Formats: sequence, structure tokens, C-alpha cells
Amino acid sequence: MRIATEIPARADAAAARVDSPWRQFASEFAESKLAVAGLALLVAIILAALAAPLISPQNPYDLAQLDVMDSKLAPGEQSMSGKTYWLGTDDQGRDMLSGIFYGLRISLAVGTSSTVIALAIGLVLGLAAAYFGGWVDALIMRIADIQLSFPAILLALVLLAVLGQGVDKIVIALVTVQWAYYARTVRSSAIVERQKEYVEAARVLALSRPRIVFRHLLPNCLPPLIVVATVQVAHAILLESTLSFLGLGLPITKPSLGLLISNGFQYLLSGTYWISFYPGLALLLSILSINLVADQLRDILNPRLRK
Amino acid sequence: MSALVLEVQGLRTHFFTKAGVVKAVDDVTFGVGRGRVLGLAGESGSGKSMTGYSILGLVNPPGRIVAGSIRLGGVELTTLADRAWRNLRGNRVAMVFQDPMMTLNPVLRIDTQMIEAVRAHHDVTRSAALDRCREALVRVGIPSPDERLRGYPHQFSGGMRQRVAIAIALVNKPDLIIADEPTTALDVTIQGQILHQMQLLCRESGTALIWITHDLSVIAGLADEVCVMYAGRIVEAGAVDDVLDHPMHPYTRGLLDSVPSRNTPGRPLAQIRGMTPSLLRLGDACAFRERCSRAVEACRLAPGVQLSSARALRCVNPLA
Repeated sequence: MRIATEIPARADAAAARVDSPWRQFASEFAESKLAVAGLALLVAIILAALAAPLISPQNPYDLAQLDVMDSKLAPGEQSMSGKTYWLGTDDQGRDMLSGIFYGLRISLAVGTSSTVIALAIGLVLGLAAAYFGGWVDALIMRIADIQLSFPAILLALVLLAVLGQGVDKIVIALVTVQWAYYARTVRSSAIVERQKEYVEAARVLALSRPRIVFRHLLPNCLPPLIVVATVQVAHAILLESTLSFLGLGLPITKPSLGLLISNGFQYLLSGTYWISFYPGLALLLSILSINLVADQLRDILNPRLRK
Repeated sequence: MSALVLEVQGLRTHFFTKAGVVKAVDDVTFGVGRGRVLGLAGESGSGKSMTGYSILGLVNPPGRIVAGSIRLGGVELTTLADRAWRNLRGNRVAMVFQDPMMTLNPVLRIDTQMIEAVRAHHDVTRSAALDRCREALVRVGIPSPDERLRGYPHQFSGGMRQRVAIAIALVNKPDLIIADEPTTALDVTIQGQILHQMQLLCRESGTALIWITHDLSVIAGLADEVCVMYAGRIVEAGAVDDVLDHPMHPYTRGLLDSVPSRNTPGRPLAQIRGMTPSLLRLGDACAFRERCSRAVEACRLAPGVQLSSARALRCVNPLA
């Protein structure tokens, strides 16, 4: 009796899996508990960043709300006015929890926007290099090589020293150091895909060049790109934090996680650990969750690792 | 043989590589009539696929058509501008490829790919294009085409995919279809079905078909005429029964003897000794002479094409 009820259920599941590639994708993703935990954490972090103005106990940018008397309170301590600072306050009397929510907002925004822009640029250049070949390919790839031969942090530092501070400037710097990764990834997979018969078949149908490149070639190059992009978001966030920590990234009025860490850095050894520790923890958890998700994506999307 | 859809004359497609000039297609002449099937046979690297690509104008650099004429319905293709040639491609000449797993784009739905094929050449609405696609799928024997149109290639079996590929070739009702070993990757029962269907479709619509294959048994069952190619040249051509029943070129003989079913059980299989020569170092001499049991001194000179009643032959010492 039990068998009889189970078999149709399984057949249904199989049919559903054939019908929806997304469902198959989701079930493969869920195979790793760690990746699911990472995804949950990442979603929580993103939600916290998006809802920062709603859930923060205090607006850390509003100087009127700050009280210098509350400065450097330990986590869990209450202020004079009876408010509890769960993660303590920094040397200005700013609530660390609110600071972290707002900091995440900026860090994630800068990280993702620079990744998206770099992705778009790298994609177009990489596809052009692969499809046209010859001197176009040589030119684009040599520029990418030169770019990649410098450490990312060095290049970003030089750029920021020239451009100055600001959210737009740091996005420009991050895009400049990142596009080459995408260009290379896209080019290598596009060169493989270009040899396949469906591209030849599209040429036989006399489809236009842009159509072949963007409709046929591009979607087939996406899987490795998604993986690289997720890893690169983490890199971008880390790089931005590093630059802010060094005082070159975002202006002091827009504290990202890196800036928060550097604020407390000087008190770290005097027992006031929380000013640096909690933003650092937030940064660590963001990077960790993104990397866990990226790892699992790589396992799913890489045909060589497929069972 | 009156109304020839395609006439190829003295076609030479050469590849200019660093190592030298590779004569992939060398002085190839043939024609196909309306509703006729021409089999193009030969080993790997004999230039049969490159002949197909040349007709489509899809020879990639460093390759180039250096001489000869290709006339489609009386229009000379080799002197055609790129744009005009593109208008013919996929419209009046279509191609079906060898591996059905690879010719359909894995990330696009069947309807997207088929509609694209129609609208690349005809200014019609999406729904009109869709009607044509449905009709083409029915013609190649795909049941419940509406459901199938919404599917992705991975939901199709190999035979079904090849049918879809053929439907895409048919959708613009071309004058000529070039099929490059389309059944090689399929199992024999499916191969049989598809061959039968192709034959029927060509008879009905008057579409000419060039069937490129290494499998002479397919040609025996399908083609009206056959050209046997070796090292870029046609070595023997004629009506399929003539050539396969009474091969005159030693190479054709060898190919036929290599078909396992023709051998006596228990005896080692017959084979052609040696390998296809490098196309780089072909002189004027007969390219087959080093593997040929009937080679004579005269083979060192270029064997011209001898024409008898309905047979073209490139051999100085043919089998009787």
C-alpha cells in the first residue's frame, strides 16, 4: 500500500523536475546544508542592509541623536537616557549596531554595483575578443594581462589617490581592477562555445552577428561567469573595506564596515574591543556567506564536477 | 537531369596555412536536380564537408574558394556579395549537421530557435512564424508540436532533436538542403525512419538534397546519384546503382569491401591499407596511388576525368 502511494509521488517529482530547470537547480543547491546556511545568512544580511533605516535603533548619521556622554559604552550597557546599546558605542557615542546596519548597506551596495558594472564591461569586451579574434582579441587581452599583472589593491590605491574620495570614485576604482577577470572568463568560455555546432547552425541560418553573439553565445557562457561574479562581490567588498580602513575609500560621513573597523582600531588593545570587533565580525560573516553560496554554485554549474 | 538546382563546376577551396596550401576541395564538379538526392561519400578529411561549407559560403579564413563556380538556380554564388549570399543561406539553401546534441542551442526554447530561423528571412509576425514552425514539425513527424515547441533541447531524444534540426532546415522551404552526416550519431532504427522521411519530403517538395556521409549503405538506400571523394577530389561519380554495383575506381571498390556485411563471416575484414595522405603534399599525381593495389607508373601523372555515358572517373587504371 505504501509503495503504491509513493511511486506516483516520485513520478510527479520527476516530471516537475524536467519541467522546471529552476526547481532542479534549487534541489541541487539544497544538497549542501552548509550552502543553505550560507544562503540564509546572506539573505539575513541583505535584508538587514536593505531595512537599515527601519530596524536601526539610531540613525548613526544624525549628529543630533548622538551623545558624547554615551561614548565607548560596552555591549549591553545602558545609556543615561535608558537606551540599551547591544553592541556598545564608538568613541562618538554612536550605536555600533546601527552603524553596522548602515555600514553593511554601503559595503554591499558598493560591492554589488561595482561588480555589475565590471561584469557588463568585461562581458562585452570578452565576447568581442572571442568572436572577432585576431587583433581585437590581442588588444583586449593584452590590456587585461597588464591590468592583472598589478596587485588589485595597489592599482586601486593609485586610482583613489588620483581621483579622491567618494562612493562614485571607489566604484570606478573597483570596476577598473575587476573587469579583466570577467573579460578573461567570458572569452575563454566563448571561445569554447564558438566552436560548437549550434553557432555554425546559427550562421547557416544567416542570423545577424549581434544576434548570434548575444542570443546564442552569451547565455551559454553565463554559468562560469555567475560563479566568478559571486566570488568577486566578496572580493570587492573586502577591497572596499581595506581601502576605507586605509582612509582612502569612502568619506568619513558614509561609514562603511572598513571605516568602522578603522575607527576602533586604535582602542583595540585598550580593552575597548567592540568598536572594531563587531564590524569586523559583520564583514567576516558577509564574506563567508557569499563564499559558501559561490562554492555551491560552482559545484552545481561546473559540468566537470557534476555527478 | 534537366532542371539542375545546384551546379558546381571546378570548385577549389584551399586553406592557406603556415605549413603550406591545403587543397581541401580540389576541382570538384557535380550537379543536383530538383527532388533528387546526391550522396557525397568519402573518408574523414576527404573534403566532403568542406564542399558543403563552400556551397553555403561559410569557409572560414585561412580558407577561401580560389576557383570554380557554384550556381544555385542559375545564380552564380561565388561572385555574390556577402549580404546577398546571406540572404540565400538558411532560406534557399539549408544545412543539417552531424550531431543533433550540438546543433540546437541548449539554452533557448525550440520555438525561439525556429521562429528566429523564419524571421531572419521573412518579414512575418511571430504568430505567422509560429504557424510555419508547427507545420514544419508536423512534416518531420513530431507528435504534439505545440507542446514540443515550448520545450528545451535537453528534453528531446537524439532522434527528436535531429528531426527538429531538419524541421528548422525545412521551415523556409529551401531549394537545397545539405545534410552533413545527420544520422551518424543516431541508432539504426531512428536512422531508417529519418532517411525514409527525408526521401519523402524531397520527393514531395522538390527540394534537392546533398547527403554527406561515409556510410555507403545509407547512400545505397537513399541517393539517386553518388560522388565518391578522396583527398579533396571526386574520384568516381554516377548513378548510385551503377557506381555501387560496378565500381570502377579502386578506391570505391575498397570502400565497398570495407562494409562488414559484404565480407564472408569468419574471414578477417577487408580494409584499405594505409591512411589518407596529408593534403599538404599532394602533387598532381593520383592521391590514392600509395594505397592502391592497381597502381601503375602512369598514376604519377595527374589522372584526368574520364567521362563515359553517365559516369565520371578519375583513374588511369580502372577496374573493368
